Amino acid sequence: MEDMRDAMLVGRNSAGKRVLRPTSPHVQVYRWKITMAQSILHRATGIALGVGAVVLVAWLFAAASAPSVFAPVQAAIASPLGLLVLFGFTVSLFYHLAAGLRHLAWDTGWGFAIASVFVWVIGFFLV
Amino acid sequence: MTLETKPDSLQHRVMQSPLGRARGLGSGQSGAGTWKLERVTSVALVPLSLWFVYVVLHLAHADYATTRYFIGEKVHAVLFLALIVSLFPHLALGLRSVIEDYVRNDLPKFLYLFAVNAGCVLLALAAAISVIKLAI
Repeated sequence: MEDMRDAMLVGRNSAGKRVLRPTSPHVQVYRWKITMAQSILHRATGIALGVGAVVLVAWLFAAASAPSVFAPVQAAIASPLGLLVLFGFTVSLFYHLAAGLRHLAWDTGWGFAIASVFVWVIGFFLV
Repeated sequence: MTLETKPDSLQHRVMQSPLGRARGLGSGQSGAGTWKLERVTSVALVPLSLWFVYVVLHLAHADYATTRYFIGEKVHAVLFLALIVSLFPHLALGLRSVIEDYVRNDLPKFLYLFAVNAGCVLLALAAAISVIKLAI
């Protein structure tokens, strides 16, 4: 046993024999649910925006440096691929923003009913 | 901490629930601060990120001089600094929760968290010094 947390997984079966408690099946066993996709997307877009933050720093740093440093950075950002990536960051930002607002609503105890999931999904696509 | 490998040696732990083990030990002291920082930065980032989308749309094709002038304007510089001081703690906390969920062993977890925190501090400082340089 390499981890203290494993101690919580030890139990007894109906014959009184000491066994490891059964654990939940891993994620691929479950049918996809909207709430699960939302949670994963919130994390995924958060990580994507972390990459976007690195781009932001590179851009600010280049702007504060010589024109010869700024030119390639700006060219990369204004290129078709750069604009596509920016578009991806923007979509990620709006998803993460909407999901973040939902988290804040949850913190106030509002919006836990199952039906409210659909309100958020429909609301997001309307926006 | 080294633990025995035989499950039978763990009886004293098995007999106590995780709640029972934690009860009476007092709070972890700093948990509420982290929770609050997460909320404060997210609320701050709502208007700041919308403003930032406007900036990106405005400056995506701008040249060197225009970009420097725009970032250096006092209002924009203040908003950029506000964005930086909310964004990087928020990013560090978000990545921390992902790492804590998916990295189980202590050493890799420590190394990832160290890398994330150090990276966020360095990125925030680099961004802040760039904005300040353009503003003064």
